Amino acid sequence: MAELNSKVKELFEKDLIDIFIGYEEGTRNPRPYFAYSAQDADNLVFNDKCQGNLAVYLTRKDLVGGKRVGISASYFALKSISQLFDENQLKEDLLIVLGMKEDGSILEFKGLDEIRTYLSEAKAPSKQKDDELLKELSEMSQAERWQFWSDELSKCFKCYACRAACPMCYCTKCIIEVNRPQWIQPWISTQGNMEWQINRVMHMAGRCSDCGSCGAACPIGIPIHLLTHMMTKTVAANFGESNEQGNVLSTFKPDDKENFIL
Amino acid sequence: MNNEFEPKVVAFVCNWCTYAGADLTGTSRIKYASNVKIVRFPCTGRIDFMLLLKAFANGADGIIVSGCHPNDCHYTSGNFHARRRWILFRSLLDFMGIDINRIQFSWVSAAEGAKWADIVNKTVTNIRELGPYMEYRRAANFLEANEEELTKELARNKEEEVKHG
Repeated sequence: MAELNSKVKELFEKDLIDIFIGYEEGTRNPRPYFAYSAQDADNLVFNDKCQGNLAVYLTRKDLVGGKRVGISASYFALKSISQLFDENQLKEDLLIVLGMKEDGSILEFKGLDEIRTYLSEAKAPSKQKDDELLKELSEMSQAERWQFWSDELSKCFKCYACRAACPMCYCTKCIIEVNRPQWIQPWISTQGNMEWQINRVMHMAGRCSDCGSCGAACPIGIPIHLLTHMMTKTVAANFGESNEQGNVLSTFKPDDKENFIL
Repeated sequence: MNNEFEPKVVAFVCNWCTYAGADLTGTSRIKYASNVKIVRFPCTGRIDFMLLLKAFANGADGIIVSGCHPNDCHYTSGNFHARRRWILFRSLLDFMGIDINRIQFSWVSAAEGAKWADIVNKTVTNIRELGPYMEYRRAANFLEANEEELTKELARNKEEEVKHG
């Protein structure tokens, strides 16, 4: 921990950054924290209780617009950062990334290439619980799955916390706010809630870092991160794991395999 | 009056292959099920997945999505892009328990009039067996159902209040 504080302090003292995005101690769990000076750096923490994906703040213009930004990034945040670079949302010379390893040590990245190399070698943290739930669901019959998801999604009251927590949901105008034509009913109904989640997951396809922040952000605990988790797995199974696959839905291979088109 | 269930099937087809193919079915005077309503798109790449959901929400019992065979796209790659989208979309729907047996994907070229008739007939027969797709439509009414429950509960509470003064 002290390593992180002294490192960030150094960055501020050398005047390399204007803002550092990290976590501070919260009431129960650590919460996101923005440090603006060397003194602020003392408040920073990083441990396995840190939830969410800090990369979400990198596209908030009101927060970081034009500023030199430092960030403490988990494995998943690194994946999101790499994807945001792919989508031309970040500037390399305005960003200093400190990778936080699970053993608490810090990786200082000198640019995007190093992040990519690290990601291609590092192992993703295991998601045993999600995998088990996924297996349970896929072994159900279609009717049982419908029952499960319509029950779960009937509770959703469309607060869009899942959208706010997601680093990939940075559109300034979201499809849910488009009302000519109105693609998704804005009021609360199971069907509209489903349509919203289907849209969210389809728009995340191949871009999602599978961090699970959407599920963690849901105030009533609907396991929507299972949808993105499943989508990540489907993408990997059909189009390969590699990060060089490009943006899955805006590219193609003539020999993509499928078994349902007559 | 005939009370047998007549499926409503919406077909989303591309202008260059399947629409022309369906035209050929007509000019060849091949008879096929009249349950299908064809919606013409410039390309399968244009067929947004939301359109399929909207069709189900607005009363379709089955859907056909059809376009040019791979490598035959008028715009070179629209159908390749569409294919990727369908692969992911279909597995997502399946995971959420939405009935993917009601969506038939196919490639029908402008020369395959007979294949089009065959696909429509097969889909209509299939949907006739599956019956009307009420689950998805009913999900739109969830709040109304909720409200009924809520009114009952409120009435019960009021009764209790009266009872206990």
